[in-house]
Amino acid sequence: MDREDLRAGVRDASPLFLGIVPFALVVGVAAVEAGLTPVQAVAMSVIVFAGAAQLAALELIGETAPLSVAVVTAVIINLRMVMYSASIAPHFRSFRRRIQAPLSYVLTDQAYALSVARFAREGNTDRLAYYLGVAGSIWLVWQVGTVAGVVVGAGVPPELGLSFAVPLVFLALLVPAMKDRPTTAAGIVAAVVAVAAAGVPYNLGLLVAAVVGIVVGLAVEVGEKV
Amino acid sequence: MTGHGYWAVWFAIVVIGVATFALRFSFIYLFGRVDEVPPRVRRALRFVPPAVLAALVAPALVTIDPDIGVVASLADERLAAGLVAAGVAWRTENLFLTIAVGMGALWLLRFGFGMGL
Repeated sequence: MDREDLRAGVRDASPLFLGIVPFALVVGVAAVEAGLTPVQAVAMSVIVFAGAAQLAALELIGETAPLSVAVVTAVIINLRMVMYSASIAPHFRSFRRRIQAPLSYVLTDQAYALSVARFAREGNTDRLAYYLGVAGSIWLVWQVGTVAGVVVGAGVPPELGLSFAVPLVFLALLVPAMKDRPTTAAGIVAAVVAVAAAGVPYNLGLLVAAVVGIVVGLAVEVGEKV
Repeated sequence: MTGHGYWAVWFAIVVIGVATFALRFSFIYLFGRVDEVPPRVRRALRFVPPAVLAALVAPALVTIDPDIGVVASLADERLAAGLVAAGVAWRTENLFLTIAVGMGALWLLRFGFGMGL
Protein backbone atom coordinates (compact mmCIF):
# COMPACT_ATOMS: atom_id res chain seq x y z
CA MET A 1 0.00 0.00 0.00
CA ASP A 2 1.35 3.39 -1.01
CA ARG A 3 1.48 5.56 2.13
CA GLU A 4 1.84 8.69 0.03
CA ASP A 5 -1.45 8.02 -1.78
CA LEU A 6 -3.16 7.12 1.51
CA ARG A 7 -2.07 10.48 2.92
CA ALA A 8 -3.16 12.24 -0.27
CA GLY A 9 -6.63 10.74 0.20
CA VAL A 10 -6.92 12.00 3.77
CA ARG A 11 -5.59 15.41 2.70
CA ASP A 12 -8.07 15.73 -0.17
CA ALA A 13 -10.97 14.72 2.08
CA SER A 14 -10.07 17.06 4.93
CA PRO A 15 -11.70 20.25 3.55
CA LEU A 16 -14.95 18.26 3.36
CA PHE A 17 -14.88 17.65 7.11
CA LEU A 18 -16.11 21.22 7.54
CA GLY A 19 -19.39 20.11 6.00
CA ILE A 20 -19.42 16.57 7.37
CA VAL A 21 -18.98 17.51 11.03
CA PRO A 22 -22.07 19.76 11.35
CA PHE A 23 -24.07 17.26 9.24
CA ALA A 24 -23.09 14.44 11.61
CA LEU A 25 -23.89 16.60 14.64
CA VAL A 26 -27.36 17.28 13.25
CA VAL A 27 -27.94 13.56 12.66
CA GLY A 28 -26.89 12.78 16.24
CA VAL A 29 -29.21 15.44 17.65
CA ALA A 30 -32.06 14.35 15.36
CA ALA A 31 -31.66 10.73 16.48
CA VAL A 32 -32.06 11.72 20.13
CA GLU A 33 -35.06 13.92 19.30
CA ALA A 34 -36.66 11.09 17.33
CA GLY A 35 -36.52 8.99 20.49
CA LEU A 36 -33.69 6.62 19.67
CA THR A 37 -31.49 5.46 22.52
CA PRO A 38 -27.87 6.67 22.33
CA VAL A 39 -26.75 3.16 21.37
CA GLN A 40 -29.35 2.99 18.59
CA ALA A 41 -28.34 6.43 17.35
CA VAL A 42 -24.66 5.52 17.07
CA ALA A 43 -25.45 2.06 15.70
CA MET A 44 -27.55 3.63 12.96
CA SER A 45 -24.58 5.75 11.88
CA VAL A 46 -22.33 2.69 11.81
CA ILE A 47 -24.80 0.34 10.12
CA VAL A 48 -26.35 2.73 7.59
CA PHE A 49 -23.57 5.33 7.17
CA ALA A 50 -25.55 7.57 4.79
CA GLY A 51 -26.42 10.99 6.20
CA ALA A 52 -29.39 12.17 4.16
CA ALA A 53 -31.08 8.77 4.38
CA GLN A 54 -30.48 8.61 8.13
CA LEU A 55 -31.96 12.08 8.63
CA ALA A 56 -35.04 11.36 6.54
CA ALA A 57 -35.63 8.05 8.32
CA LEU A 58 -35.21 9.75 11.70
CA GLU A 59 -37.75 12.45 10.80
CA LEU A 60 -40.28 9.79 9.88
CA ILE A 61 -39.54 7.60 12.90
CA GLY A 62 -39.98 10.63 15.17
CA GLU A 63 -43.33 11.45 13.60
CA THR A 64 -44.40 7.84 14.18
CA ALA A 65 -44.90 7.20 10.50
CA PRO A 66 -44.96 3.46 9.78
CA LEU A 67 -41.41 2.12 9.81
CA SER A 68 -41.95 0.69 6.33
CA VAL A 69 -42.34 4.26 5.02
CA ALA A 70 -39.14 5.28 6.78
CA VAL A 71 -37.30 2.33 5.23
CA VAL A 72 -38.62 2.94 1.70
CA THR A 73 -37.79 6.65 1.92
CA ALA A 74 -34.23 5.95 3.06
CA VAL A 75 -33.74 3.42 0.27
CA ILE A 76 -35.03 5.85 -2.39
CA ILE A 77 -32.63 8.52 -1.16
CA ASN A 78 -29.79 6.02 -1.44
CA LEU A 79 -30.66 4.82 -4.94
CA ARG A 80 -28.00 7.18 -6.28
CA MET A 81 -25.42 4.82 -4.74
CA VAL A 82 -26.17 2.43 -7.63
CA MET A 83 -24.77 5.04 -10.02
CA TYR A 84 -21.62 5.44 -7.95
CA SER A 85 -21.26 1.67 -7.68
CA ALA A 86 -21.44 1.26 -11.45
CA SER A 87 -19.12 4.17 -12.11
CA ILE A 88 -16.37 3.15 -9.68
CA ALA A 89 -16.64 -0.62 -10.29
CA PRO A 90 -14.05 -0.75 -13.10
CA HIS A 91 -11.48 0.81 -10.76
CA PHE A 92 -12.15 -1.84 -8.11
CA ARG A 93 -11.97 -4.72 -10.58
CA SER A 94 -8.41 -5.73 -9.79
CA PHE A 95 -9.00 -5.84 -6.01
CA ARG A 96 -9.60 -9.11 -4.24
CA ARG A 97 -13.27 -10.06 -3.86
CA ARG A 98 -13.19 -10.07 -0.10
CA ILE A 99 -12.10 -6.46 0.21
CA GLN A 100 -14.66 -5.22 -2.34
CA ALA A 101 -17.47 -5.58 0.20
CA PRO A 102 -15.88 -3.39 2.90
CA LEU A 103 -14.84 -0.88 0.24
CA SER A 104 -18.48 -0.72 -0.92
CA TYR A 105 -19.68 -0.15 2.63
CA VAL A 106 -17.71 3.12 2.92
CA LEU A 107 -18.79 4.41 -0.52
CA THR A 108 -20.26 7.92 -0.17
CA ASP A 109 -20.97 10.86 -2.48
CA GLN A 110 -17.70 12.48 -1.45
CA ALA A 111 -15.54 9.35 -1.56
CA TYR A 112 -16.91 8.56 -5.00
CA ALA A 113 -16.41 12.05 -6.41
CA LEU A 114 -12.86 12.53 -5.11
CA SER A 115 -11.65 9.03 -6.04
CA VAL A 116 -13.00 8.94 -9.57
CA ALA A 117 -11.57 12.41 -10.24
CA ARG A 118 -8.13 11.37 -8.96
CA PHE A 119 -8.13 8.03 -10.85
CA ALA A 120 -8.94 9.85 -14.08
CA ARG A 121 -6.30 12.51 -13.46
CA GLU A 122 -3.41 10.41 -12.16
CA GLY A 123 -3.25 6.97 -13.66
CA ASN A 124 -0.45 5.65 -11.45
CA THR A 125 -2.28 6.28 -8.16
CA ASP A 126 -2.44 3.36 -5.71
CA ARG A 127 -6.23 3.22 -5.96
CA LEU A 128 -6.80 1.16 -2.85
CA ALA A 129 -4.62 3.44 -0.72
CA TYR A 130 -6.14 6.65 -2.02
CA TYR A 131 -9.73 5.41 -1.70
CA LEU A 132 -9.09 4.18 1.84
CA GLY A 133 -7.59 7.55 2.74
CA VAL A 134 -10.66 9.41 1.51
CA ALA A 135 -13.44 7.01 2.51
CA GLY A 136 -11.85 5.83 5.76
CA SER A 137 -11.25 9.33 7.11
CA ILE A 138 -14.78 10.40 6.16
CA TRP A 139 -16.15 7.33 7.97
CA LEU A 140 -14.20 8.12 11.10
CA VAL A 141 -15.17 11.81 11.17
CA TRP A 142 -18.82 10.87 10.58
CA GLN A 143 -18.92 8.45 13.51
CA VAL A 144 -17.19 10.83 15.92
CA GLY A 145 -19.49 13.67 14.80
CA THR A 146 -22.61 11.58 15.36
CA VAL A 147 -21.50 10.61 18.87
CA ALA A 148 -20.89 14.31 19.64
CA GLY A 149 -24.37 15.14 18.30
CA VAL A 150 -25.97 12.49 20.50
CA VAL A 151 -24.20 13.91 23.57
CA VAL A 152 -25.14 17.51 22.67
CA GLY A 153 -28.70 16.61 21.68
CA ALA A 154 -29.43 15.07 25.05
CA GLY A 155 -28.79 18.38 26.83
CA VAL A 156 -30.29 21.07 24.60
CA PRO A 157 -33.60 22.78 25.52
CA PRO A 158 -36.31 22.15 22.87
CA GLU A 159 -37.21 25.89 22.54
CA LEU A 160 -33.95 26.43 20.68
CA GLY A 161 -35.51 24.49 17.81
CA LEU A 162 -32.33 22.60 17.03
CA SER A 163 -34.38 20.20 14.90
CA PHE A 164 -34.68 23.05 12.37
CA ALA A 165 -31.12 22.19 11.39
CA VAL A 166 -32.54 19.07 9.69
CA PRO A 167 -34.40 20.90 6.87
CA LEU A 168 -31.42 23.26 6.64
CA VAL A 169 -29.15 20.31 5.83
CA PHE A 170 -31.58 19.09 3.18
CA LEU A 171 -31.77 22.63 1.79
CA ALA A 172 -27.99 22.85 1.53
CA LEU A 173 -27.95 19.53 -0.36
CA LEU A 174 -30.94 20.49 -2.52
CA VAL A 175 -29.64 23.75 -3.95
CA PRO A 176 -26.64 22.28 -5.82
CA ALA A 177 -28.82 19.34 -6.94
CA MET A 178 -31.05 21.77 -8.87
CA LYS A 179 -28.44 22.61 -11.48
CA ASP A 180 -30.43 22.79 -14.72
CA ARG A 181 -34.02 23.24 -15.83
CA PRO A 182 -35.17 19.60 -15.56
CA THR A 183 -33.71 19.09 -12.07
CA THR A 184 -35.08 22.47 -10.93
CA ALA A 185 -38.53 21.55 -12.22
CA ALA A 186 -38.32 18.20 -10.41
CA GLY A 187 -37.48 19.97 -7.15
CA ILE A 188 -40.13 22.69 -7.40
CA VAL A 189 -42.93 20.30 -8.34
CA ALA A 190 -41.95 17.83 -5.61
CA ALA A 191 -41.96 20.69 -3.07
CA VAL A 192 -45.45 21.85 -4.07
CA VAL A 193 -46.87 18.31 -4.03
CA ALA A 194 -45.23 17.58 -0.67
CA VAL A 195 -46.79 20.68 0.93
CA ALA A 196 -50.19 19.93 -0.57
CA ALA A 197 -50.01 16.30 0.53
CA ALA A 198 -48.66 17.01 4.02
CA GLY A 199 -51.88 15.74 5.60
CA VAL A 200 -51.86 12.40 3.80
CA PRO A 201 -51.63 9.55 6.32
CA TYR A 202 -48.42 7.59 6.94
CA ASN A 203 -46.32 10.36 5.36
CA LEU A 204 -47.01 8.85 1.98
CA GLY A 205 -47.18 12.41 0.63
CA LEU A 206 -43.39 12.45 0.69
CA LEU A 207 -43.12 9.42 -1.57
CA VAL A 208 -45.86 10.64 -3.90
CA ALA A 209 -44.14 14.03 -4.16
CA ALA A 210 -40.79 12.42 -4.93
CA VAL A 211 -42.25 10.21 -7.67
CA VAL A 212 -44.17 13.11 -9.25
CA GLY A 213 -41.03 15.24 -9.14
CA ILE A 214 -38.95 12.56 -10.88
CA VAL A 215 -41.60 12.10 -13.59
CA VAL A 216 -41.82 15.86 -14.19
CA GLY A 217 -38.03 16.10 -14.36
CA LEU A 218 -37.93 13.39 -17.03
CA ALA A 219 -40.77 15.05 -18.95
CA VAL A 220 -39.03 18.45 -18.95
CA GLU A 221 -35.80 16.81 -20.11
CA VAL A 222 -37.58 15.07 -22.98
CA GLY A 223 -39.37 18.33 -23.85
CA GLU A 224 -36.06 20.20 -24.05
CA LYS A 225 -34.66 17.74 -26.58
CA VAL A 226 -37.64 17.94 -28.93
CA MET B 1 -41.07 8.54 22.63
CA THR B 2 -40.87 7.27 19.06
CA GLY B 3 -44.20 5.48 19.37
CA HIS B 4 -42.42 2.48 17.90
CA GLY B 5 -41.18 -0.48 19.84
CA TYR B 6 -37.51 -0.64 20.79
CA TRP B 7 -36.89 -3.74 18.67
CA ALA B 8 -38.96 -2.40 15.78
CA VAL B 9 -36.58 0.57 15.54
CA TRP B 10 -33.58 -1.79 15.60
CA PHE B 11 -35.17 -3.82 12.85
CA ALA B 12 -35.70 -0.72 10.69
CA ILE B 13 -32.09 0.39 11.23
CA VAL B 14 -30.75 -3.00 10.14
CA VAL B 15 -33.04 -3.20 7.09
CA ILE B 16 -32.02 0.29 5.93
CA GLY B 17 -28.38 -0.62 6.51
CA VAL B 18 -28.53 -3.88 4.58
CA ALA B 19 -30.45 -2.28 1.70
CA THR B 20 -27.99 0.63 1.53
CA PHE B 21 -25.06 -1.75 1.46
CA ALA B 22 -26.72 -3.76 -1.33
CA LEU B 23 -27.10 -0.59 -3.41
CA ARG B 24 -23.44 0.33 -2.89
CA PHE B 25 -22.16 -3.18 -3.57
CA SER B 26 -24.49 -3.86 -6.54
CA PHE B 27 -22.32 -3.04 -9.55
CA ILE B 28 -19.01 -3.49 -7.78
CA TYR B 29 -20.15 -7.09 -7.22
CA LEU B 30 -21.72 -7.58 -10.64
CA PHE B 31 -18.97 -5.98 -12.66
CA GLY B 32 -17.85 -8.23 -15.46
CA ARG B 33 -21.37 -9.51 -15.99
CA VAL B 34 -23.18 -6.20 -16.30
CA ASP B 35 -21.31 -3.22 -17.65
CA GLU B 36 -23.32 -0.28 -16.50
CA VAL B 37 -26.65 1.07 -15.37
CA PRO B 38 -29.10 1.14 -18.27
CA PRO B 39 -29.24 4.72 -19.64
CA ARG B 40 -32.96 5.05 -18.94
CA VAL B 41 -32.54 4.13 -15.30
CA ARG B 42 -29.55 6.44 -15.05
CA ARG B 43 -31.61 9.32 -16.42
CA ALA B 44 -34.37 8.76 -13.89
CA LEU B 45 -31.92 8.42 -11.01
CA ARG B 46 -30.60 11.89 -11.81
CA PHE B 47 -33.89 13.35 -10.56
CA VAL B 48 -34.02 11.44 -7.29
CA PRO B 49 -31.91 13.86 -5.20
CA PRO B 50 -33.71 17.12 -6.15
CA ALA B 51 -37.17 15.54 -5.91
CA VAL B 52 -36.66 13.75 -2.60
CA LEU B 53 -34.77 16.59 -0.94
CA ALA B 54 -37.35 19.19 -2.02
CA ALA B 55 -40.15 16.94 -0.73
CA LEU B 56 -38.35 16.76 2.62
CA VAL B 57 -37.63 20.48 2.90
CA ALA B 58 -40.89 22.10 1.77
CA PRO B 59 -43.29 20.74 4.42
CA ALA B 60 -40.79 21.72 7.12
CA LEU B 61 -40.97 25.35 6.00
CA VAL B 62 -44.56 25.76 4.81
CA THR B 63 -47.77 24.23 6.12
CA ILE B 64 -51.23 24.67 4.69
CA ASP B 65 -53.87 25.76 7.17
CA PRO B 66 -57.13 23.94 6.42
CA ASP B 67 -59.17 26.81 7.96
CA ILE B 68 -57.75 29.39 5.56
CA GLY B 69 -58.16 27.00 2.65
CA VAL B 70 -55.69 27.09 -0.17
CA VAL B 71 -53.60 29.89 1.33
CA ALA B 72 -50.32 28.68 2.69
CA SER B 73 -49.87 29.86 6.24
CA LEU B 74 -46.37 31.00 6.98
CA ALA B 75 -45.32 28.41 9.51
CA ASP B 76 -44.14 30.81 12.22
CA GLU B 77 -40.59 32.00 11.54
CA ARG B 78 -39.38 28.88 9.79
CA LEU B 79 -40.23 29.99 6.27
CA ALA B 80 -38.36 33.29 6.60
CA ALA B 81 -35.33 31.61 8.16
CA GLY B 82 -35.47 28.91 5.50
CA LEU B 83 -35.51 31.46 2.68
CA VAL B 84 -32.47 33.23 4.17
CA ALA B 85 -30.69 29.86 4.41
CA ALA B 86 -31.66 29.01 0.83
CA GLY B 87 -30.02 32.25 -0.31
CA VAL B 88 -26.83 31.34 1.54
CA ALA B 89 -26.89 27.82 0.11
CA TRP B 90 -27.34 29.19 -3.39
CA ARG B 91 -24.52 31.72 -3.10
CA THR B 92 -21.97 29.61 -1.21
CA GLU B 93 -23.01 25.92 -1.54
CA ASN B 94 -21.52 25.62 1.95
CA LEU B 95 -23.28 23.26 4.35
CA PHE B 96 -21.77 24.75 7.50
CA LEU B 97 -22.67 28.36 6.55
CA THR B 98 -26.19 27.32 5.55
CA ILE B 99 -26.87 25.70 8.92
CA ALA B 100 -25.23 28.55 10.86
CA VAL B 101 -27.06 31.37 9.08
CA GLY B 102 -30.37 29.48 9.04
CA MET B 103 -30.27 28.73 12.78
CA GLY B 104 -29.13 32.31 13.48
CA ALA B 105 -32.05 33.70 11.49
CA LEU B 106 -34.49 31.40 13.30
CA TRP B 107 -33.23 32.47 16.73
CA LEU B 108 -33.23 36.15 15.78
CA LEU B 109 -36.84 35.94 14.58
CA ARG B 110 -37.94 33.81 17.50
CA PHE B 111 -36.13 35.48 20.39
CA GLY B 112 -34.62 38.68 18.98
CA PHE B 113 -37.72 40.86 19.07
CA GLY B 114 -38.62 39.68 22.55
CA MET B 115 -35.25 40.86 23.75
CA GLY B 116 -35.86 44.35 22.35
CA LEU B 117 -33.57 44.07 19.36
